[in-house]
Amino acid sequence: MKKSLELIGQYFILMKVVFSAPDKKRIFWKQFFIDAEKLVLNSIPIVAVISVFIGAVLVIQTAYNIESPLIPKMYVGYMTRESLILEFCSTMIALILAGKVGSNISSEIGSMRISEQIDAMEMMGINSANYLILPKIAAATILNPLLMLMSFVLGLFGGAMIINFTGIITMGQYTEGLQYAFRFYYFVYSMIKMATFSFLITSISSFYGYYAADGSLGVGRSSTKAIVVSSVSILIANLVITQLMLN
Amino acid sequence: MIQVNNLNKFFGEKQVLHDISITYKPGECSLIIGASGSGKTVFLKSLVGLLTPDSGEIWYGKIQFNALSFKEQRSIRKEIGMLFQGSALFDFATVEENVRFPMDFFTTWSDKEKLDRVNFCLERVNLKNVNKLFPNELSGGMQKRVGIARAIALNPKYLFCDEPNSGLDPHTSILIDQLISEITKEYNITTVVNTHDMNSVMEIGDTVGFIHQGKLVWEGNKDNILTSDCEELNNFVFASNMAKKMKEMMG
Ligand SMILES: Nc1ncnc2c1ncn2[C@@H]1O[C@H](COP(=O)(O)OP(=O)(O)O)[C@@H](O)[C@H]1O
Ligand SMILES: [Mg+2]
Repeated sequence: MKKSLELIGQYFILMKVVFSAPDKKRIFWKQFFIDAEKLVLNSIPIVAVISVFIGAVLVIQTAYNIESPLIPKMYVGYMTRESLILEFCSTMIALILAGKVGSNISSEIGSMRISEQIDAMEMMGINSANYLILPKIAAATILNPLLMLMSFVLGLFGGAMIINFTGIITMGQYTEGLQYAFRFYYFVYSMIKMATFSFLITSISSFYGYYAADGSLGVGRSSTKAIVVSSVSILIANLVITQLMLN
Repeated sequence: MIQVNNLNKFFGEKQVLHDISITYKPGECSLIIGASGSGKTVFLKSLVGLLTPDSGEIWYGKIQFNALSFKEQRSIRKEIGMLFQGSALFDFATVEENVRFPMDFFTTWSDKEKLDRVNFCLERVNLKNVNKLFPNELSGGMQKRVGIARAIALNPKYLFCDEPNSGLDPHTSILIDQLISEITKEYNITTVVNTHDMNSVMEIGDTVGFIHQGKLVWEGNKDNILTSDCEELNNFVFASNMAKKMKEMMG
């Protein structure tokens, strides 16, 4: 317990250093685009594949669960849309990114730590935490909500595809359901969730990487911790945001 | 000139540096020798502020470095170059970008001026046509050279080298030692080198400090190190059987 409180304290101290003004704006933006590519653009394929499959599975599952003839078939489209926007495209995608992006960040920063590259920067008088971590947090937090939107669109597309193949309901029923009781507020909710989750993933995995020690084994350990801790934080944040925004 | 007064450093309960006081002068290669684990790296990192000493003073000229905040230390850090044990080249950057790195942060030079300086530094360490290579494409000796080029990029007044020839073959080691020594004399740099390599001592040791279990137990130079009667030092210097035999033969 004392140890986790210490860790949390250490995390906030690091964040204070991270969120100081960058030494040079031009260098920050250069890193921002490099990290945007590495963390966001390169995540597109995996997010796309997962989204299409999840959309398809959601359609099949809801269609089989709505057996009563009293419930209109268009509810399949409605339920799929709601599940995607409320939970799958933010929380589930974020958990997957926690694995992919989290291990990437913590092992990259961790190996810079143990090979003294971070010391070399500090030595020169460069705020290494700010230089290495801020662009990652900024890129993921700002851009991942767009990834969430993409996931949503592809999820719907996956649903449409399975309907096209199986004829489980008609395309007309599906699109009618998609438009039914549409709430823009859910997009706001989901994008805020995604931004928060991305912040947690990047900052927590940077933290574990930044304080990696004990050689390459240590880097592996910190990478594992980064994934576990970011995933748990995502689940907790999900609960808190949902309670705050949907109550 | 660097002046260290009564430096102490603990890790938890364990005292790693005991009350070290020493002075370093410009134009000299000052060596810190000692067995592995004796505290050389901790000492060097304390000098440059990567570790914070628990007590003691570190003066760079007339400024007490360890009394400054990280931001305030910057003015002095710009005058410090450091070569790390594993070179610590940025593996995300090419050789050219590595050497240019401090310039990007701390100068307002044009791209042309930076490139000229990069090429000058690389030539100074006898490297050519490696600008676009990445660190993992270089041999250990070349990595050290790039590390030195990066360390001298901003014309430092102080140069710190942590075991510059660890992992190098004897021939390359001597070349790197000589390079460090030459640069020290050429630019009148205050240079501090950590090593456990007696060849380096005999090659470039203008002054030598011997650390034993965190204590500075002997100070001298390459000319009087072999005739010292400090027991810990002799155990270190004449560690190998060959060296012991030679000492016996010399009487
Ligand atoms: N960050 C640290 N935490 C705890 N102990 C450390 C740390 N860094 C070094 N030490 C200890 O300090 C002693 C001196 O280490 P070091 O300066 O690296 O020796 P060397 O002379 O080989 O460079 C060793 O016993 C080492 O275990
Ligand atoms: Mg060492």
